[in-house]
Amino acid sequence: MNSQELLELKKAACNVRLWTIEGVYNAKSGHPGGSLSAADIITYLYFKEMNVDPKNPKDPGRDRFVLSKGHCCPALYAALALKGFFPTEEIKSLRHIGAMLQGHPDMKHTPGVDMSSGSLGQGVSAACGMALAGKYDGADYRVYALLGDGECEEGQVWEAAMFASHNKLDNLCIIVDLNGLQIDGHVNDVAGLEPLDTKFEAFGFEVIKIDGNDFEQIESALEKAKTVKGKPTAIIAATIKGKGVSYMENQVGWHGKAPNTEEYEQAMAELRAQLKALEA
Amino acid sequence: MAETKKIATRESFGLALCELAKDHPEIVVLDADLAAATKTEIFKKAYPDRFFDCGISEGNMIGVAAGLAACGKVPFAASFAMFATGRAYEQVRNSVGYPHLNVKIAGSHAGITVGEDGATHQCCEDLALMRTIPGMVVLNPADHYEMTEAVKAAYEYDGPVYIRLGRLAIDSFNDPDTYKFEIGKGITLEDGNDVTVIATGLVVNEALKAVRELKSEGINARLINMHTIKPIDKDIIIKAAKETGKIITVEEHNIIGGLGEAVCSVVSENCPVPVKRIGIEDIFGHSGPALGLLAEFGLDAEGLKAKIKAECLRG
Repeated sequence: MNSQELLELKKAACNVRLWTIEGVYNAKSGHPGGSLSAADIITYLYFKEMNVDPKNPKDPGRDRFVLSKGHCCPALYAALALKGFFPTEEIKSLRHIGAMLQGHPDMKHTPGVDMSSGSLGQGVSAACGMALAGKYDGADYRVYALLGDGECEEGQVWEAAMFASHNKLDNLCIIVDLNGLQIDGHVNDVAGLEPLDTKFEAFGFEVIKIDGNDFEQIESALEKAKTVKGKPTAIIAATIKGKGVSYMENQVGWHGKAPNTEEYEQAMAELRAQLKALEA
Repeated sequence: MAETKKIATRESFGLALCELAKDHPEIVVLDADLAAATKTEIFKKAYPDRFFDCGISEGNMIGVAAGLAACGKVPFAASFAMFATGRAYEQVRNSVGYPHLNVKIAGSHAGITVGEDGATHQCCEDLALMRTIPGMVVLNPADHYEMTEAVKAAYEYDGPVYIRLGRLAIDSFNDPDTYKFEIGKGITLEDGNDVTVIATGLVVNEALKAVRELKSEGINARLINMHTIKPIDKDIIIKAAKETGKIITVEEHNIIGGLGEAVCSVVSENCPVPVKRIGIEDIFGHSGPALGLLAEFGLDAEGLKAKIKAECLRG
């Protein structure tokens, strides 16, 4: 990508983060930490990579995205709204009674959401089904699934991984948001996830390790994934949980907590300053 | 009346799928290493490119089915009832039920007639589990002809459906020339006004034999075949409650959560009359030949006859 494209992506990601905080603050609950760590990946997918049309969100030929770590939907909702799937105003009623935007993604009611999710470990299986349907139909769309590193503790992730490589789903690319933290603490203190790369390799995946908060690395990984034939790709994206809001970064406490008014104002001020710097 | 067919409903299911798939290329079939047992192998042989074995991973199978359905396919995912509805319950609820995806789940080897494999495989909770998922249709066909039509109806319904299949070969009793299947509509097999017996699945034929024998003993029982557990046919239940004043339910399932309690809900809210639930009385099964177990648990014709008679004499 050229420097202008990179700048635009950085600005888009900043806006995704601003609306993420807006949503979680207004909801008085939700999951800012993992939303912010994944914001760059989600931004890249929706603003650069995926073939999706806000005017035709159910286009059968579209690329698919499954947010397996469904609790990070504030970032997905922000990206979808900024992309034009629905008005950004909807974000202010996230998690409210009667709201379109549920606490976890609801494909029945939210335009642009390809799969309902939230119960961890289930999204990769659904993504496998979508990729399998694409193969069956001879369609050329690609399927992306974003999961958490803690989520990889769910056995179903590995059932799905076996299925994906057995069925040679090279139209499937899963991305692990390796932010290192889960509710009970550091992922490797809780459940000993590593080595994750060789696990996925052993399950038949092409594995690419990147910095998941770096757009150029995200781009090169996704481009490389498209050239892999006969097997699925797993991108292990090291990220910073809470990225972009100083007091949330690498703090396990911000996994599933909304900022109070003072914290909200600080977060918004920091993100607006980052955006202003990019626009300067 | 066509000849009586002695065939397990799992086999009827496999044959019906094959027939249906001829005209519907969007039908795909998934199994979890039990194709020979669930009889999806019949489909696999006919349509190998539309059959996907997920291996022994039922949770993943249900998720894959959800993804296929999200892309316009109509997946039938089969395993033993124990694993399709028990082990994968949460995947069925969250990946299929909540988004109301067009996935058909087939649970074979349901109930105690699994036989020798014993309690770990004798699922007497599947109807209860599936009933609790909003929007889930729950079907429990009673013979070959009913299963054939139920598979078609499941395909035609746009949304999640659970179909219960049996392992044991059983005699058919429906007449294919006149038989009509409609989701949510019970079928009166015998008229009568002394008591109503409502049965479902594999034990309907046993109940039919019992009710017919009781007629000669002066007990004039009505018999309803309730092939759909959800949505339950309220009208036929309320009518029976009003006209016969007493209901006996018969199911090869725990008396908790299945047909009996579905009927009790309708009766208690609309027309309270006594209901006796006959089924597996909140205990685990055990190993043994299927017919022997059916007799031991009082679910064969002889056992049902005695229980129905006792209920009628009790007043």
